[in-house]
Amino acid sequence: MDLFEYQARDLFEKHGLPVLPAAIATTADQAHDAAIKIGGKVVVKAQVKVGGRGKAGGVKVAANADEAKEKAGEILGMDIKGHTVRTVMIAQAAPIDSEYYLAILLDRSNRTFLVMASVSGGMDIEEVAHTAPEKLAKIPVDANIGITPEKAKEIIAAAAFPADVAADVEKVLLTLWKVFQSEDATLVEINPLVKTVDGKIIALDGKVTLDDNAGFRHPDHEALIDHAATNALEAAAKEKDLNYVKLDGQVGIIGNGAGLVMSTLDVVAYAGEKFGGVRPANFLDIGGGASAQVMADGLSIILGDADVKSVFVNVFGGITACDAVANGIVQALELLGPKASKPIIVRLDGNSVLEGRAILKAAAHPLIEQVDTMDGAANRAAELAAK
Amino acid sequence: MSIFINEKSIVIVQGMTGAEGTKHTKRMLASGTKIVGGVTPGKGGQSVEIDGHTLPVFNTVAEAISATGANTSVVFVPPKFAKAAVIDAIDASMPLVVVITEGIPVHDSASFYAHAVSKGTTQIIGPNCPGLISPGKSNVGIIPADITINGPIGLVSKSGTLTYQMMYELRDIGFSTAVGIGGDPVIGTTHIDCLRAFQDDPDTQAIVMIGEIGGDAEERAAAFISEYVTKPVVGYVAGFTAPEGKTMGHAGAIVSGSSGTAQGKKDALEAAGVKVGKTPSESAQLMRAILGR
Repeated sequence: MDLFEYQARDLFEKHGLPVLPAAIATTADQAHDAAIKIGGKVVVKAQVKVGGRGKAGGVKVAANADEAKEKAGEILGMDIKGHTVRTVMIAQAAPIDSEYYLAILLDRSNRTFLVMASVSGGMDIEEVAHTAPEKLAKIPVDANIGITPEKAKEIIAAAAFPADVAADVEKVLLTLWKVFQSEDATLVEINPLVKTVDGKIIALDGKVTLDDNAGFRHPDHEALIDHAATNALEAAAKEKDLNYVKLDGQVGIIGNGAGLVMSTLDVVAYAGEKFGGVRPANFLDIGGGASAQVMADGLSIILGDADVKSVFVNVFGGITACDAVANGIVQALELLGPKASKPIIVRLDGNSVLEGRAILKAAAHPLIEQVDTMDGAANRAAELAAK
Repeated sequence: MSIFINEKSIVIVQGMTGAEGTKHTKRMLASGTKIVGGVTPGKGGQSVEIDGHTLPVFNTVAEAISATGANTSVVFVPPKFAKAAVIDAIDASMPLVVVITEGIPVHDSASFYAHAVSKGTTQIIGPNCPGLISPGKSNVGIIPADITINGPIGLVSKSGTLTYQMMYELRDIGFSTAVGIGGDPVIGTTHIDCLRAFQDDPDTQAIVMIGEIGGDAEERAAAFISEYVTKPVVGYVAGFTAPEGKTMGHAGAIVSGSSGTAQGKKDALEAAGVKVGKTPSESAQLMRAILGR
């Protein structure tokens, strides 16, 4: 789960990283009140989970509370790369002398953690990484040792932080590791980490990604979920514990196992090229145990999607036998009754496939059509969606 | 021959007394795997009856090894306790540990992986994987044993059901070993480890490699194939139409660069001489053409 900047800021503050006074607002009036409380010059910042908001006009400086209200009014409701701004953060403005960059992240390639640090922080850090990679120090960190004072000094030397900030940056690094480890983050990033004109080190903007798998040891992370951004169908699927992602096509997809479902999306998109660009409408992995109830839940979500014109159920019976899946489909259609109204192409293979196909054949449901191969079934589903 | 497991694999099940552990112990026994016991802390001294086999339960992996001579462990322990279970196996110098458990926090898997590397005596497969099978010899994990037979193809895949699909497509030809390495960000055994083992295995004639979006494992595998693998390799990559990942911040973008897309992976594999099918069936056809079957 990616956090909003204000959530990252609060997490940083909780662990003792230096941050500026700030508050959030969802209306221009709230922004006004927040600016009065903070006092003086403030920055109004769009809260969106996407980069490049500064360049898109989502960050504005306001000299006083009235101006903060006006700027907040401009930013709220703005669309930044497809993300609607619902919240702004009002933060005290800081006179900046230098901008640095610090991050700790999971390095998948090397199966360890990695610190990245640079004295050329700010909006153009990605550019720096491309054009002047020597300015971005990358130091691996052992998962079982973490950032020790010695490791912090190594990072500071590698990135060539100036001597006058070295002690403060060391403290920030040690605390940032604490945030990364104790919160089960896969990314903590401070960009920029600034030195103010009066020599203070402050984390001015932050990004945090938390590991959803670690939710069981962080009951407090539940409160950080952004429910407003969740698609209604996705929310309904989540309630039923289904792994569903809404896409923009016309063929509803149900399958078992993430890899097979991803592959199903691809196969449907290829087949769809022949039918005017028909595409998959969703990703839905019903997992190993495809019971009647799970199948009914899945079908009901997909048939509730107005964009769906046909459905492709693609199951490979591994541990789950195809006869159980076939029974699940038949029972699901009984449960759904007249709500099931779109053609359903079913491809079963693997464990007990003959029994499974026989069950569907015997049921002779007018909506169900069986095709024996994955490619053939995708083709048929795309053809029906194009009609 | 085969890779990583064979008829000499002596297997213990960590988490055997749990529902998943019991269910799959039964299936592994039925497919001929030599299972000699289980480990559940606090239940040492008990024993479990499964289909006529009396399997002793031990408190620790070290005890299990000294009593049974096990050289392979398969882990079905829930995410909350999985790290402790894997560390226990590493500390006992278990040569091969196959971690089936899904949903382990990445700080935990990074920790046990680092521990295994520093100790240097344990190979981990997974986590979040279906395990591996050398048909007719040994089956460690949850891969259905009856899909296919022993044969000349080696298979390595991140995904469980795509592994089954590919085994099914080529079921009349058969497999030396099929390895599901898992799709988690930190895994113990990579595509490269499997490619090297298949290249060195005299009974493997050709290799199928299945990848999916995310990370740069396939790109690295492609580079490795160019320099080391002389056997024919057929590839498949899933995820061309998957939506672009959620914002990772600058740090994620910097590390992954342009790699991570299905197209990037396909291009890299093809540049290394791998024949890549557009669908699993097409990849299977490419393999048939190579083997002349």
